[in-house]
Amino acid sequence: MPAEYRLILKHLDEPGYEPTLACYLRHGGYSVLRRVLALEPRVSPEGKTLSPQEQLRQEVSLSGLRGRGGAGFSTGMKWSLVDRKSGKPIYLICNADESEPGTFKDRQIIHKDPHQLLEGMVVSAYANDVHLAYIYIRGEFPQGAKILNQAISEAKAAGYLGKNILGSGYDLEIYVHRGAGAYICGEETGLIESLEGKRPYPRIKPPYFPAVLGLYQCPTIVNNVETLCAVKHVIEMGGAEYAKLGTPNNTGTRIVSLSGCVWRPGYYEIEVGKATLRDLIFDPAFGGGLRDGRKLKAIIPGGVSAKVFKAGEKVKLKARNADGREVEQEVDVLDLPYDFTSLIAAGSMSGSSAIIVLDDSVDIVEALANISEFFAHESCGQCTPCREGSLWMAKALHRMTHGEGRAMDADYLARIADNIPGGRTICAFGEACSWPVQSFVAKFKEEFVAKGKADEERRSASRQPADVPSAP
Amino acid sequence: MAITSSPTARATGSPADVLTVTVNGRPITVPRTQPDWEGRMVPTTMIQACEAAGVTVPHYCYHPRLPVAGNCRMCLVEYGVPALGPDRQPLRNPDGSLIINKSPRPAIACATPVSAGMAIYTDTPNVKAMREGVLEFLLINHPLDCPICDQAGECKLQEYSLEYGQAASRFVETKVHKPKAVDLGPRIMLDDERCILCTRCIRFTRDVVKDDALGIVNRGSYNTIAAYPGRQFDNNYTLNTVDICPVGALTSKDFRFKMRVWFLKETKSVCTSCARGCNTLIGSRENVIYRLTPRDNPEVNQSWMCDVGRLNYKWIGREDRLREVRARGSGNTGWTGALGEIARRLRAAPQGSVALIASARLTNEELYLLGLLARHLGAITDSIPRTGDFDHILVQADKNPNSAGARLLGLAAEPMGSRLPAIADGIRAGAIRTLLVFGEDVTSRGVSTDLLARLETLVVSDVLPNPTTAAAHFLLPGCAAAEKRGSFTNFKNRVQRFQKAVEPPGDARPEVEFLADLVTAVTGRKLPTSIEGLFNHMASSVPAFAGLTWAELGDLGQPLKTELART
Repeated sequence: MPAEYRLILKHLDEPGYEPTLACYLRHGGYSVLRRVLALEPRVSPEGKTLSPQEQLRQEVSLSGLRGRGGAGFSTGMKWSLVDRKSGKPIYLICNADESEPGTFKDRQIIHKDPHQLLEGMVVSAYANDVHLAYIYIRGEFPQGAKILNQAISEAKAAGYLGKNILGSGYDLEIYVHRGAGAYICGEETGLIESLEGKRPYPRIKPPYFPAVLGLYQCPTIVNNVETLCAVKHVIEMGGAEYAKLGTPNNTGTRIVSLSGCVWRPGYYEIEVGKATLRDLIFDPAFGGGLRDGRKLKAIIPGGVSAKVFKAGEKVKLKARNADGREVEQEVDVLDLPYDFTSLIAAGSMSGSSAIIVLDDSVDIVEALANISEFFAHESCGQCTPCREGSLWMAKALHRMTHGEGRAMDADYLARIADNIPGGRTICAFGEACSWPVQSFVAKFKEEFVAKGKADEERRSASRQPADVPSAP
Repeated sequence: MAITSSPTARATGSPADVLTVTVNGRPITVPRTQPDWEGRMVPTTMIQACEAAGVTVPHYCYHPRLPVAGNCRMCLVEYGVPALGPDRQPLRNPDGSLIINKSPRPAIACATPVSAGMAIYTDTPNVKAMREGVLEFLLINHPLDCPICDQAGECKLQEYSLEYGQAASRFVETKVHKPKAVDLGPRIMLDDERCILCTRCIRFTRDVVKDDALGIVNRGSYNTIAAYPGRQFDNNYTLNTVDICPVGALTSKDFRFKMRVWFLKETKSVCTSCARGCNTLIGSRENVIYRLTPRDNPEVNQSWMCDVGRLNYKWIGREDRLREVRARGSGNTGWTGALGEIARRLRAAPQGSVALIASARLTNEELYLLGLLARHLGAITDSIPRTGDFDHILVQADKNPNSAGARLLGLAAEPMGSRLPAIADGIRAGAIRTLLVFGEDVTSRGVSTDLLARLETLVVSDVLPNPTTAAAHFLLPGCAAAEKRGSFTNFKNRVQRFQKAVEPPGDARPEVEFLADLVTAVTGRKLPTSIEGLFNHMASSVPAFAGLTWAELGDLGQPLKTELART
């Protein structure tokens, strides 16, 4: 039976567990940091002397850990790309700008177990020779910022942070920086611009890869809250041991935010790929099924920017059969293992691991209008396709949900959306705002057409000329 | 940023310095690095490689003299890089050509560096579709008010609409409305609805002028260019933002609603407001000047000019311009009569009894002729220094456009103006009986009207009336630089020629013309009558100008070639 596997969330919902240093220490907190700081150089089997930092980075590479923010990029790889020869300081930034609609996992860690994040950050910073780190927390988390600042002062007072940590001679300062309320600040280069005090306009890549030209044009690592916590567990268990959790190339545990029309919405930590979408939605250990006897209509599997799955949709996956040959299997989307690779292979993504379940009570056009309004509001407006396209789509959908639809609007929307993604924009927001439109319209086209047609008929019946001229 | 001459990118041919890419299948060899907007050597970009291949990549936000922003997305191209084998060597087709792995994603040509063997495609259906998509997005919220827009005729939205536009709009939503006729500063108006948010203006004033005056407020499609609250966009370079604005968002208060740009005749000229000599285009129609705009010259002004220089043209059309040749007592004598009488008096003047004050706003050719005259007469000469504010971008403290020419041609004292007291003393003592003044009001420079009244002969040439012209026995109406041809030597000893844009008023004639007549009449020397011939004659007889010819000056000028010039 699929079940939760609580690694990062292990203690934080236990009765009496508090976000204090004393409580964290009672539960074995900062023991990993103590071990890390005591590491000595070691000679590898190949006869190469590895510094403590190199050993730590090797463990993270070995663990197969992938970023928990949304893109799922290999953490070990991200760290290996850092320019360590520039002579400039290296910065670590914890991305706590959790704002993908449907996602509410990082805030649990920040609110309930801030020291776990701090320990993960100190370990990660030590592994990368970082002496100055930032936690960029979204503006809408004022309480989280307060808790983190409290935790930082506690940790500093006790010697887990600041100058000469635990007598090791290693210094690290962590500052909490609050955003001002913009989704785009979660994009790592937008975040860096914001941290520098500017508008969070994502940077063009090339040349501004954070690993080389990040914060203040210095090499910078930006990792998600959950990722940094996972690093603590990777080091605690050892990379190889951590990699045994989950499935190959989808290692470790992951916190899923489950919301929408299910009985038990909430956050669930699972071994990656060890539960299917069906498990997460219907199993009593997770969502517990749909409410009020309703039927499943759609699943947004990775935050609202992920392409939607339609209930009953079949996807073709490549798998290896018993004799090692690659075969194509057709599976129902509900039977997809919830991991990085399967969802990408199925044409969507696990993104920020936020599953939003829509049942048959949901008007799909209304749902998409809601999503598009969000993206139109959050587009930074720097580059043309996203700036103009996101609002255009939102306006069209607003029209469709206010009685002014046209049967042709499904095609109209798709043609707008098709001009935005695929590298046409500076950052991935272009994909984020257009993928929902592309997928909703493609998979639920009949609903868009029906709604538009109904509007047209109603308008012609009332003999009121439409405000909207028909396009040629 | 001080404007300095940028290193010229040159493919030396050495394999280490160059690489070969293909643009639409055609190989082109480009330097590995080229100077960026600040002159730093950075990897060559796709857009530069395409330009080298003669392929234009449409763009709005990219400007070679500004930091790259990459926001308009009009320059998206497709590309591929050579496929590598297990030995990291490029794989080849049977015919020896490289096997290219085409990238699934496009790249912006303005910011993406080229690499050896890269294949760039600008003419594929995908690229065309992307350009059409971007242009459609730019136009959906644009007011489409071309008939009343000053940019019409030189607008990139219009230009690219020809190639990538659609005949009908399928946009049926309500447009975003933004502020119009925003008074951004004393010389600039902004129409935020026309703005395509390319940020060229922001980058220019922030990075080139170092006046971080403009920014964007709001977000998404509601993004709006604005000056900081309570602040005016007011530095000496604001009008350059009108030039680089690819659309009609930023307009010049001086020029807006005055003239359709396609009626303007453009004449290559040089600014006369200081010693830098920014290269300009004079926009005129039917003998009226409507605007000056900078003309790109990497060695002098890059793409810019200052607001003071740009607006320093209105006096040319003033009603009180001097337009009649006058001889005291005889009224309007016409050129022949006046020049004949002046020549007669000068031939009769004893050596040392003549003084000559020649403006450093005259051209090299005019100063050369005046120098011939002065030497023939044994005249004492000087020019008038004119100084003012300067900055570290373009503006020079020396406000004369041709101080270097006045020095090199032997008319100005060193320091300039230091012989003026001696001239005044000579008049006072009666030793100087004849004074020739070209283009200056000497009464404010120590040669008072009382002193002028003591002269037997006062010959004055100028374009506008002043106390000196009022005192003249002979008044010869001259020309503004825009009304004649000639050359100036700038503060870096660069000789730059300029062309005639408009006709002078009344009987006014270019000084160079009547001076040639006068010199011949006084000295008996035959001189070339064309400006080309006169310049070449000067170059062959004045060592500082040796080796230059009018033709070789070209549109961008040439530095003096001699050692003399460098001292």
